[in-house]
Amino acid sequence: MSQSKFGRYGGQYVPEALMPAIEELEDAYQRYILENEDGFMDDFRTRLRDFGGRPTPLQHAEALSARYDREVYLKREDLLHGGAHKLNNALGQALLAKYMGKERIIAETGAGQHGTATAMACAHLGLDCEIYMGERDINRQRPNVFRMRLNGAAVNPVTTGRGTLKEAISETMRDWATSVEDTHYVIGSVVGPHPFPRMVRDFQAVISEEARGQVIEKTGGLPDSVLACAGGGSNTMGAFHQFVGEEGVELYAVEAGGSSLEVDEDGGVAPNSASLSTGSEGVLHGARTKLLQDSDGQIMESHSVSSGLDYAGVGPELAYLVDEGRVTPVNVDDDGALESFHRLSQLEGIIPALETAHAFAFLEEEYETLGEVVIVNVSGRGDKDLESVIEETAERDIENAPEMDVFRGGL
Amino acid sequence: MSGSRIDEALRGEPAFIPYLAAGDPDVESTKEYVRALVRGGADIVELGLPFSEPIAEGSTIQNAIVRSLDGGMTPDAYFDLVEDLDVEVPIVCMTYYNLIYRYGSEEGPESFVRRAAEAGIDGFVVPDLPAEESDPLREACDSYGLDLVFIVAPTTRGDRLKRIMDQVSGYVYVQARLGTTGARTDVSEQTDMSLGRLEEWDVPKAVGFGISEREHAERIVAGGADGIIVGSALVDIVAEGDTDDGTVAERLERKARELKEGALAGAESRPQPERP
Repeated sequence: MSQSKFGRYGGQYVPEALMPAIEELEDAYQRYILENEDGFMDDFRTRLRDFGGRPTPLQHAEALSARYDREVYLKREDLLHGGAHKLNNALGQALLAKYMGKERIIAETGAGQHGTATAMACAHLGLDCEIYMGERDINRQRPNVFRMRLNGAAVNPVTTGRGTLKEAISETMRDWATSVEDTHYVIGSVVGPHPFPRMVRDFQAVISEEARGQVIEKTGGLPDSVLACAGGGSNTMGAFHQFVGEEGVELYAVEAGGSSLEVDEDGGVAPNSASLSTGSEGVLHGARTKLLQDSDGQIMESHSVSSGLDYAGVGPELAYLVDEGRVTPVNVDDDGALESFHRLSQLEGIIPALETAHAFAFLEEEYETLGEVVIVNVSGRGDKDLESVIEETAERDIENAPEMDVFRGGL
Repeated sequence: MSGSRIDEALRGEPAFIPYLAAGDPDVESTKEYVRALVRGGADIVELGLPFSEPIAEGSTIQNAIVRSLDGGMTPDAYFDLVEDLDVEVPIVCMTYYNLIYRYGSEEGPESFVRRAAEAGIDGFVVPDLPAEESDPLREACDSYGLDLVFIVAPTTRGDRLKRIMDQVSGYVYVQARLGTTGARTDVSEQTDMSLGRLEEWDVPKAVGFGISEREHAERIVAGGADGIIVGSALVDIVAEGDTDDGTVAERLERKARELKEGALAGAESRPQPERP
């Protein structure tokens, strides 16, 4: 398989103006990350530990283990600095940009976690930072927008299309095509043109490197299943990477089923973000992968209650691993995710990101099939989602949710 | 070289190559506008087939694409439009790779290219398809006798130039400046440097990105270009609609004439080669 592809997926489908920068990045990826030139990886690991707070714990979840009658372990990426796994990648790429002599960083963000992590990494490293974010997501994720600005980043609203992550990525690529000579684009997931999907996976692989050692230490063996939510797929690939070669470990990528798996072809809308479960092959944002698209190849608007999963594509390596039968794509709907959000908050004292809540909803539905030892990757914490959760919970009848009357109209 | 209709159109006097988004704001208007541009002196027409994620376009063309898609434009409607055009000049389809790849029941670009050839299209520009990924489309184009135009950016140098030279036919699209499409008020020095790098190539060179005025056309052709490509300045006229200065079609024809005259003037001011 060529370095730029995962089977039939991946590649480099970008405007010519960006190709020299992509080649420069390939070279930097090879030298600094794969060959540790100038001690780059040592520097990265040190900063991940001292600035980022790694390693994160693998916590035995007592209440969940009792509820499901098996051993449930939580990989606590919500405890990483910034509150999500996103820092692993943002810090890695910002540091790489610094080693490459780039002065300006641009990034896109959906839920705001990647933008926040990038803004933090740039402040830490003294780099200029501009974040593109869909106008709709800005409204859904106000605390994260403020956090980015606190760290000195400019936040540029994107008003094209429906104003979500898909449009923000397109807009960031446009900026990069103009500024490519002094600017690095810190792409936020295992998507985009090669080498981004591999590079982001390598930065996120620290999750499964740690989890693998930790689970062996705690249980004496490998887990039966690993669960991670999948939008673009960066926490998914990070949680899976060190287990892909272990055939006995089942890997579940939990997608956002949204409100329905049906699509409205005339309206160009998929009321879900389940590209692995329901999408078809195509080319978007620099890579061939699985996409939500209509029969003409126009990209559909996706939907999820969780902004962080609301994207019409998925990383090419995940698409490949699904085709190979190594990763099982599953999905849960908005209601299930919200129920799990409340359940986990009450049972374990952990308020998960809405993205992560999808993985817990799958655990609730399918625990009987997941074996004796299950790891769930807690991709991030849910503080950023509280406004959305209040609004969405008020519209539903959710068991275990707090009494919502007191909140109505209050926030 | 290929000796195609596109190639021939660029081998004589300097060519004016306008771009419009097909279906902006509707199919009948596009036909009328293309005919107006041809009356004004267009030698080749780049007709955009709108894609929902046009990452190489600036806001002017992005908005045109939204208008077109909202009006119901599809690949099949696009091919029908081209079949009905009834103009003599070559038509170049400018679109993004996903639409080419997804078309028809067979996987890959062949169905799209076959249908394009039937409709009378002469070639393609695909801004998100670099030379590295273009073999399947190149092969399909060769099978049906269509040209595949590649873009050379100001950042393109060294081995990449060679790779593009091996793949390109029809013309090479010289990107006048970094960034996305969009009308600008000056013409970048990057253009001269890019043209200089391509001096030895035996394929016509057409310059685009940011050209909006007669003077730009004149300067670029004087600098060695075989043609100029103008999109956003024309799409702006379409977006504005009819005004006191005339209908959209009248103003497009006038603008085309102005730009073509600029290109012709540029050719005259070129230094003449010494005769032996």
